[in-house]
Amino acid sequence: MTATATATFRIWRGDARGGSFADYATEVAPGMVVLDAVHRIQAEQAPDLAVRWNCKAGKCGSCSAEVNGLPRLMCMTRLSDLPLSGPVTLRPMKTFPIVRDLVTDVSWNYRVKRKIKEFKPRPPDAPDGTWRMAQADIERVQEFRKCIECFLCQDVCHVLREHEMHEQFIGPRYLMHVAALEMHPLDVEDRVGELTEAGGIGLCNITKCCTRVCPEEIAITDNAIIPLKERVVDEVYDPLHRLFRVFRAAS
Amino acid sequence: MTAQVQTYEHDVLVIGAGGAGLRAAIEASAAKVSVGLVCKSLLGKAHTVMAEGGIAAALANVDERDSWKVHFADTMRGGQYVNNWRMAELHAKEAPDRVRELEAWGALFDRTKDGRILQRNFGGHRYPRLAHVGDRTGLEMIRTLQDHGVHQGIDVHMERTVVALLKDGDRVSGALAYDRERGLLHLFRAGAVVLATGGIGRAYRITSNSWEYTGDGHALAYDAGAELMDMEFVQFHPTGMIWPPSVQGILVTEGVRGEGGVLLNNEGRRFLFDDIPDAYKNQTADNEDEGFRYTQGDKSARRPPELLTRDHVARCIVREIREGRGSPHGGVFLDISWIKKRLGNAEELIKKKLPSMYHQFLKLADIDITREPMEVGPTTHYIMGGVRVEAESQMSTVPGLFAAGECAAGLHGANRLGGNSLSDLLVFGQRAGAHAAQFARKAGGVRIPDAQIDDAARAALAPFEREGIDDGAGPYRIQHELQQTMQDLVGIVRREDEMLRALEAIARLRERAARVRVAGNRAFNPGWHTALELRNLMTVSEAVARSALERKESRGAHFRDDHPGKDAASGKVNVVVRRGPDGAMQIARRPIPEVRADLRQIVEEMK
Repeated sequence: MTATATATFRIWRGDARGGSFADYATEVAPGMVVLDAVHRIQAEQAPDLAVRWNCKAGKCGSCSAEVNGLPRLMCMTRLSDLPLSGPVTLRPMKTFPIVRDLVTDVSWNYRVKRKIKEFKPRPPDAPDGTWRMAQADIERVQEFRKCIECFLCQDVCHVLREHEMHEQFIGPRYLMHVAALEMHPLDVEDRVGELTEAGGIGLCNITKCCTRVCPEEIAITDNAIIPLKERVVDEVYDPLHRLFRVFRAAS
Repeated sequence: MTAQVQTYEHDVLVIGAGGAGLRAAIEASAAKVSVGLVCKSLLGKAHTVMAEGGIAAALANVDERDSWKVHFADTMRGGQYVNNWRMAELHAKEAPDRVRELEAWGALFDRTKDGRILQRNFGGHRYPRLAHVGDRTGLEMIRTLQDHGVHQGIDVHMERTVVALLKDGDRVSGALAYDRERGLLHLFRAGAVVLATGGIGRAYRITSNSWEYTGDGHALAYDAGAELMDMEFVQFHPTGMIWPPSVQGILVTEGVRGEGGVLLNNEGRRFLFDDIPDAYKNQTADNEDEGFRYTQGDKSARRPPELLTRDHVARCIVREIREGRGSPHGGVFLDISWIKKRLGNAEELIKKKLPSMYHQFLKLADIDITREPMEVGPTTHYIMGGVRVEAESQMSTVPGLFAAGECAAGLHGANRLGGNSLSDLLVFGQRAGAHAAQFARKAGGVRIPDAQIDDAARAALAPFEREGIDDGAGPYRIQHELQQTMQDLVGIVRREDEMLRALEAIARLRERAARVRVAGNRAFNPGWHTALELRNLMTVSEAVARSALERKESRGAHFRDDHPGKDAASGKVNVVVRRGPDGAMQIARRPIPEVRADLRQIVEEMK
């Protein structure tokens, strides 16, 4: 990319009633990311172009969109990684209702999360009200807690994207949230029963699309969803294990 | 009432949902009052999420010599003794409980070998003090507060921007906001209001701050008659990314230096050894070996000069660049890869301790920090100044109006220590929430005159009504020019003539902003949002410039080329601004109350 190259961005413009793609040609410079180009177009050509963003450093998960058909954070997608000979296509996430242009209504995610039982710790280990945990025992949960809630995994998941089963399935983000709570060394709440009912964990057929789009590179399927499925099998369908759990909870 | 508005009633309205706002809302809710929480972005996206290094609290898990007294003395020394000492005391005493509370709500901090919360070194802190999760501590904190908060019966109003505070006589009684999605107006009636809106970084061109940081809380409070204090103290973080241009300003955590990273000029020299301030001579290593041993936990070693306070490190970097010893893209080098010479598992260690930094440089700058140095330079990061509040309650000079976190002043004085921000949010968020709840319960019902609502609504919608031939890009252009003005004329090194020029430029830009027209309709229209935020940016920019003119000395983050030394008399006052009866900004000095004897003794003993 030379210092004063021009590239074309084909951006979806519209709202819930409908819309279409519009082409914007803008100057691009070395090091630029897609969000930089969107901001330049906004400042110079389309002042009312709607886009969400905050940190511009891949930490807040606000600027999710589909770049040339792939769910990406616009702030972490370098133009140098895209073919600029033709237009770069930007459209909002497909799985959620459109608000305007690149902005979608992601409030469903917040409603889903609120329904999941919150963290409930065991009594403190020490008289001063603190706990003891080994680093090795928290690392797998720390991996899940890297999640920036960009909802790209929800966007790509076919159960939501193609089959629109938003009422039966909480999606990879929240299966992982449940996994983080269930595997938290201090947590004593039981969420496994809900997973088979309201959570719809059985609907996931581990195609790993969510893992592939995760900008934090969290192994969502392997480390969160599969162990959770195993736990459901063990606890819901294995009577001995259930009995053991009852005793453990009582002791 | 003529304006079309939707109305909500809350006992306590919290504006801003970063660490301070969430903590305040949780506390107010625990006091069994109804709480509304309004935020400009989606929940969990606030700027707190960007905090990397950690939360400062004297838990003494890593070094048993630490205590609230040492933390207090460090905070006062870092703030060059113009801090509100009572706030510094409360902060040092209460931070450990606030951190432990996060653990009870599900936070998972990195651990010590015996299973307690691990703490790391940071600039200006005598002992390893920062509870952390790798270099994503802010994310852990905001997610913990968010996930706990949504189960506490708080009404969260996401993506709404408050445009005016409303008053019942002298006291605050509510706020008017618009929602980003549809652009409709919303009226919040409230017995008490907590401002937790963060900072003003968007007044500068190079900043680590997101679009949200437009000084909203500062300007709302000022317009409502509150005093703003210490506005001259703007922190320029020494290490922001500088290359490529599109990432300029993005933060590089001080944790890099805490883990052994060093600053080098283009001659390969660790220039910070050349200039160690007298106040820190006793605590600072005078050779590379001792400095490195400190970062690896040797308790007999003193800390390396890279961990001096941010104001000092930033100025030293500027000096190197100005004197021609900078890096190719106009910064200096920050090198963590050199620890390979000392440690066998350096590469693994860097990726483990600084995963986001590794990721950020690899993805955005094609730099592998385990193998090569980073290029860094100062970036506008934080404002120590803000709403002048009473230490215990965080109430401003306007009854019923509280402020906490970055938009409040006092704790940090002339310079904030890294890690003291997250603890500030927790300690004073909690206090503001508790006191706001108490105030609202006592205060009873509120009344808001219709005329106030109408005026605020008219002002909010005015940019659509104006006639003109503007192409609609005006708000962005004015914002850009303001940022360039502040960057060039009221930056790290300041001079009277330049600041006077800045004030003239701000006045001209303010006039243009008052006439600016926006294109499109009210639904999620960033041009309109930017136009409305300009007013706030003008107010805080003027406050920074006027306060900086008034302080004719150099102290902490405020450096005057024309007054390079400290002035004893200026060290006994805080500068405040407030809106005069004619609408013009008035400036005044407020004497700092005499430090309580026991606290003075702590400061003296630890000098």
